Amino acid sequence: MLDRGNTSVAGRPIADLAFEEARPEVRPVVGQNIRIARDGRLLLDVDELVVSGSGMTVLMGPNGAGKSLLLRCLANLVAPDSGTITWGGCQPDRARAARLGFVFQRPVLLRRSARANIRHALRAAGVSRGEAAERADQALAAARLSHLSRMPARRLSGGEQQRLALARAMALRPECLFLDEPTVNLDPASVAAIEATIIAAGRSGTKVLFVTHDSAQARRIATDILFMHDGQILERGEAARFFDAPGTAAARAFLAGDLVGEPGPEHRVRTA
Amino acid sequence: MHDLTNAFAETFGLLVSLDADLLEIVGLSLWVSGLAVLIAGLIGVPLGALVAIARFPGRWAIVVLLNAMMGLPPVVVGLAVYLLLSRAGPLGPLGILYTPTAMVIAQAILVLPIVAALSRQTIEDMKLEYEDQLRVFGMGPRGMVSTLIWDARYSLMTALLAGFGRAVAEVGAVIIVGGNINHVTRVMTTTIALETSKGNLAFAMALGLVLVTIVTAVNALVFSLRHTATRSAYA
Repeated sequence: MLDRGNTSVAGRPIADLAFEEARPEVRPVVGQNIRIARDGRLLLDVDELVVSGSGMTVLMGPNGAGKSLLLRCLANLVAPDSGTITWGGCQPDRARAARLGFVFQRPVLLRRSARANIRHALRAAGVSRGEAAERADQALAAARLSHLSRMPARRLSGGEQQRLALARAMALRPECLFLDEPTVNLDPASVAAIEATIIAAGRSGTKVLFVTHDSAQARRIATDILFMHDGQILERGEAARFFDAPGTAAARAFLAGDLVGEPGPEHRVRTA
Repeated sequence: MHDLTNAFAETFGLLVSLDADLLEIVGLSLWVSGLAVLIAGLIGVPLGALVAIARFPGRWAIVVLLNAMMGLPPVVVGLAVYLLLSRAGPLGPLGILYTPTAMVIAQAILVLPIVAALSRQTIEDMKLEYEDQLRVFGMGPRGMVSTLIWDARYSLMTALLAGFGRAVAEVGAVIIVGGNINHVTRVMTTTIALETSKGNLAFAMALGLVLVTIVTAVNALVFSLRHTATRSAYA
């Protein structure tokens, strides 16, 4: 909890401070000895991962590496077979959940207007009616979606839907923002809009954890990299260093665009 | 053949003149079935949502039971309510047998499993899609139930209308607990049965036409609700 308070509040109006302070912290999100096995295959095997501070960490690796599973574990959506997840040093709880934003690959929008989607999330997090309305409008404006405010959310285009889902997550002013391949199948303009929003969030104090298998995208946005392969985190560190000199054969092969080979025997049958 | 022609003419007369007896019977039918659906909805929708969301041992048995009870024979429901409300029954002292209240109770029991089972199905399907997102919002069971019920509103209204269609068209339950008393508990279906047996075909046919019109209108409403919901991608 190195930067408690300072970064999460930076750049926001004083009026918001009381609200921010009243909410329990979700950072650092810590996973320890996380194991998940299915059918004798170890899908996830992570000794320790600490998500804290701010900035943009990209969790990358080939399909089936366990990136999404790890992200869902850390967000308390999937219970690991063994190991522990803590948020701000405590067991994950509902009060902290709202401080951890999550954007799914396929946006889950409520059957309401775009504005009501954001308002409902804010209301669920305990924001008053008046403030929720105001912040919903601000969030829509920030995402350049104000003109679609009254539209049924599920009638928006794919790109608009994902931008709305991101705006909704941002409206909750998350300490941590998890994104699970949010730009797959979107047009370049939407991808650029979403990347710009999360880069700005990372710079203004939010910790962003972004899952992708697209190494070009990772190069564009990452400050740090976690490289996963076969359920394990093989590399972690600064993005620049990782892209210049990946330390493992799997990462080199992945960056070279090769298919990463079958897992070695040392990874294969180690059930938790 | 001549009689039948006369009957048709008379039927037409009754409908056009808005015969007072006819209106009273139609009114009571709508009132009894409407109230029964309202009560069944107030209990059945939250019940269905609860079964959809909760995870407890034996849940599957409740799901099976609810689905099976959708086909409850109205006469059996009528008999059960009759036993409850008859003078010797546990609720006998209330003295509500052969009143519209008894009919509302019987129809509410008849409709409740339909509403609950359809709500359960609808909300469980939607929960599959919503659950992770709602958990990320930090929502508890109560918040999830209210969110899901609101977002399933069009499908739930359809379930209520289906329940209404069943209630307004059934004879078995209302005739047993209502007794088909003139000006007190006579509804469309029971009157049709009685008047037909008495040979008063015109009155029976007039009511039959009204009943079919109402059931058709309800179905039209269901259809247009679906259409509206689909158009705004809310279905």
